[in-house]
Amino acid sequence: MMSTRAEKASTVARDTTRRIAMGKRKGIWKEQLFKYVLILCIVIAFVTLLALIIHSAWLGRGRLDLNLITQMPSTLNPETSGMQSALWGTVILMVGVLVTVVPLGISAAVYLEEYADTERWWNRFIELNIQNLAAVPSIVFGILGLAYVVREGFAFGPVAYAGSLTLAMLVLPTVILASREALKAVPDSIRQASYGMGATKWQTVWHQVLPVAVPGMITGTILAMSRAIGETAPLLLVGATTFVTFNPDSAFAGAYTAIPVQIYQWASRPQPEFRELAAAGVILLIVVLLIMNSAAIWLRNRYSRFDL
Amino acid sequence: MTSQTTTETTSNTRGHVPPVMAARELGVYYGDFHAVSGVNLDFNRHEVTALIGPSGCGKSTVLRSLNRMNDLIPKARVEGEVTYHGQDIYQPKIDPIEVRRRIGMVFQKPNPFPKSIFDNVAYGPRVTKMKVDSMNDLVEQSLRRAALWDEVKDNLKGSAFGLSGGQQQRLCIARAIATSPDVILLDEPCSSLDPIATAAIEDLMTDLKQEYTQIIVTHNMQQAARISDTTAFFTAGVDEESGKRIGRLVEYNDTSSIFNNPAEKSTEDYVSGRFG
Ligand SMILES: Nc1ncnc2c1ncn2[C@@H]1O[C@H](COP(=O)(O)OP(=O)(O)O)[C@@H](O)[C@H]1O
Ligand SMILES: [Mg+2]
Repeated sequence: MMSTRAEKASTVARDTTRRIAMGKRKGIWKEQLFKYVLILCIVIAFVTLLALIIHSAWLGRGRLDLNLITQMPSTLNPETSGMQSALWGTVILMVGVLVTVVPLGISAAVYLEEYADTERWWNRFIELNIQNLAAVPSIVFGILGLAYVVREGFAFGPVAYAGSLTLAMLVLPTVILASREALKAVPDSIRQASYGMGATKWQTVWHQVLPVAVPGMITGTILAMSRAIGETAPLLLVGATTFVTFNPDSAFAGAYTAIPVQIYQWASRPQPEFRELAAAGVILLIVVLLIMNSAAIWLRNRYSRFDL
Repeated sequence: MTSQTTTETTSNTRGHVPPVMAARELGVYYGDFHAVSGVNLDFNRHEVTALIGPSGCGKSTVLRSLNRMNDLIPKARVEGEVTYHGQDIYQPKIDPIEVRRRIGMVFQKPNPFPKSIFDNVAYGPRVTKMKVDSMNDLVEQSLRRAALWDEVKDNLKGSAFGLSGGQQQRLCIARAIATSPDVILLDEPCSSLDPIATAAIEDLMTDLKQEYTQIIVTHNMQQAARISDTTAFFTAGVDEESGKRIGRLVEYNDTSSIFNNPAEKSTEDYVSGRFG
């Protein structure tokens, strides 16, 4: 009887050990699977992107020349037609978006994060709506821009800055949300230390909190600008013309077009030469985007000299 | 019941010199929660006062209310009086910014700014718009005063994060004294430091007694015994009326009396390690 009990005990023990071992193996297996699923996701995303770029580069390879940026678009000679007016239009548009969205977005984020009392219903209401705005389709902003920036309200007319302002509204929520995250990540101990030195709230925000948050804010701005540079629909609504053979006079005068709008126009033409141009335009758009983001990343690295 | 004893002992031993700071019937609430109540303390010029007691009895809360750092906690509310040279610092006309310029603070975890060593020390004088002949001299003086100069003089432009924990804490002290405050509050400044760094901070505090009034929260009995002139023992007990836990001051006296001849049984238990 004793022996059976001992046997039983030892079986139970063995069983338990095996179950633990198996459980462990199962756990490892799941973990491995999870890791590979994640890697697969990255690979899919990356391959898609790469395929798009290679495809466009291949299609547009014949037109990736200097003419592309030195010549104006032409419906008659697609072989030598370029997109200088669109390139300029995009540069002016993006500068307009940048100077509008950065001060607005950062101020809003600083207010919400550092000053607003989140117990108050209106502050919570603002917060909720910023999140909602981030999900509104871009065409809705186009309609808004047409009504209140181009025609009434600001009544700028169909000029480049009207496009900038419309795109700025579109990406403002992104900048605000990312800047708020950046501010949230600033350790509270830094604020405490600053107040403890007799600094005012403004001094604390300006000298201590903002410099630490700037890299995160730049990241948010990169995301926002990357979205804005590719937008076509709202620009068509607020007056970016699909065919302009001269550069815009300024941000506030003259007709303008933008790279995605120009691509859209070319791509919808039947002649293969224009298809080729459109593909080259895609590559140009990506190059402009990369230059813009590299500048931002360089700036960000300059700001994060001190690691937290 | 014990607060009477406290005030008596205090006035008996040191009634003649007006204190630099004093708390009168000080109480602090966090929302509905009454964290501490009925604290009466006098802080004398150029002395070190240690605030001791078990965790959660309200030592940090009391310390923060001495330079209005509690204002930064939205739910915190202070009752009673805190006087600085006889002036109640919670009067509406008092600017908390001014209070903190005169009553500096060093925190539990070293929290240098993510800037250079130089800029850490120069920050206070800059934001308070102190009239300074030479910022270089002021930074050097402050770092010398904090016994850190020799270790950092060749690396003033380097990041403060490159320093060890103990050096960072001395930098925080240098930073606090750069604005020439009158009082320095230290909330467990050595709790994250090793024994050697702790000894350095203790030496420094003893040295700084010549010029500053210091109030230190510490968990370390030996530390309180070594560096403080007076000691206040706090504990958290259940209030008879409300039935809630509330922090209170048990006994306040010369450090030697607190450690060798405490008036209260709970003080004796605590300092001898039989409690908390
Ligand atoms: N910011 C705060 N909000 C709410 N309650 C707090 C806050 N800070 C401290 N308390 C509470 O007040 C009491 C005293 O805390 P504290 O002063 O930190 O104690 P000690 O420093 O003696 O450990 C504790 O019960 C703590 O939970
Ligand atoms: Mg504490």
